[in-house]
Amino acid sequence: MAEITHEELEGRMLDILEDICEDDEVRVRRDEDLFALGLLDSMGAIELLVTIEEEFGVSIAPTEVERDEMNTANLIVHQVEIRL
Amino acid sequence: MSFYADPSFFMLLAAAVAGAAFLGLRERPLKRYGLVASAAFLACLFCKDLPGLAVAAGFTVAATLATRWLLASPSSNARFYASVGVVLVPLLSAKVGAVFDQNLLGFAGVSYVTFKALQVLFEVHDGIVGKMGVFDYLYFLLFFPVFTSGPIDRSRRFLEDADAVRPRDEYAGLLARGILLLLAGVVYTFVVAVWLHRFYAPSAWGSGPFVAELGGQVQTAYVYGLYLFFDFAGYSLMAMGASYCFGIRTPRNFRAPFASVDIKDFWNRWNITLSFWLRDFVFMRFSRLALRHRWFKSRLTTACWGFVFDMALMGAWHGLTADYLLYGLYHGLLLAGTEAFQKKSRFYRAHKKSPLFRAASWFVTLQLVMFGFALFSGQVTMLVKGAFHG
Repeated sequence: MAEITHEELEGRMLDILEDICEDDEVRVRRDEDLFALGLLDSMGAIELLVTIEEEFGVSIAPTEVERDEMNTANLIVHQVEIRL
Repeated sequence: MSFYADPSFFMLLAAAVAGAAFLGLRERPLKRYGLVASAAFLACLFCKDLPGLAVAAGFTVAATLATRWLLASPSSNARFYASVGVVLVPLLSAKVGAVFDQNLLGFAGVSYVTFKALQVLFEVHDGIVGKMGVFDYLYFLLFFPVFTSGPIDRSRRFLEDADAVRPRDEYAGLLARGILLLLAGVVYTFVVAVWLHRFYAPSAWGSGPFVAELGGQVQTAYVYGLYLFFDFAGYSLMAMGASYCFGIRTPRNFRAPFASVDIKDFWNRWNITLSFWLRDFVFMRFSRLALRHRWFKSRLTTACWGFVFDMALMGAWHGLTADYLLYGLYHGLLLAGTEAFQKKSRFYRAHKKSPLFRAASWFVTLQLVMFGFALFSGQVTMLVKGAFHG
């Protein structure tokens, strides 16, 4: 995959998250626990992993990352970034 | 010897915990001691069941070899499926055998070692578990406090604890918590559950007024549900407590399940380690496959089928009987219905945070949960049969 800047990745991830959570609150509350906010659940999480795989070619297994390391918008961006 | 039931078990446990405390408070490693203690406890568990011991030993060897074989080539699908197949043999054959009242390759704890062995295989195949020593693997699989009935730990978490040599104060804290958990579990199981069980007297639908008969049946379901909770949560607390004494922070299995505000919430609070195991290794894998291959038109349909599949399997695991299968299907459909309601209903979105809605939702959930237990205990099928046979 061609080089992607942090800003591009962040922008695309926020679009994806908004689509999956069906709520634009994810753009504002980037450091809040999306599971606790009720915006993400197990199904949302798996959709997220499949979308990340399709969009960025980054494969993350369902139990690879502990939930508290991938439960906010910023942490999700970070987990994808370190695997690119 | 039955774990957490026979007096001899508790005496042996006290001695084993004293040994662990002696080492732990001197800041010595507990892993080897824990493995030896586990071997001793399992020898006592199987001392009067030599066929069970033979199958358990055979399973342990086969699972260990299958895992090493997969570790040598983790991404191989053929090796992964073959290993999963090998590990599943005793559990599947025991469940099918039970239908015909036969003990086919079953042994005490077969379900829980199978869950743990499968988790390792899944995570080796995913590339998350890269290497694992044979003794580490055996300790994870055979750790005695949780051997017979869980809670179901995860290998990476378990081994982090097993390898930790803690400072004296930290271990003393774990030990104190462990002993408290053990005592709390004893009270749950041997005081509260035993007391509740006295009131459990399932009876056929009588000839009294409808409301009185219904009241009696509801009472039976509630008593059974509460009994089941205190019995199983008590066992889980004891297993957790014994683990803590060995420096292993086995995860909790219950978190105030009767306070659940919906059925999804209930499964985050009831038999948590089983429900999360199924979530991670059944629901999420099924949904991932379904999403990748576009099996269903919408995300919602995918989630609903995922829930039904997940819970049907949970029911079948309890046993291939009408009661358990219905229990699983019932919860699968409830989860699917809840998911559809929460995703589609404007009413839900507008009111989900209001205290009145939450109170009503809690009340409805509690009744649904208790009805589920009435399915699980066989109360409902008994009533249905009674209605047909007059």
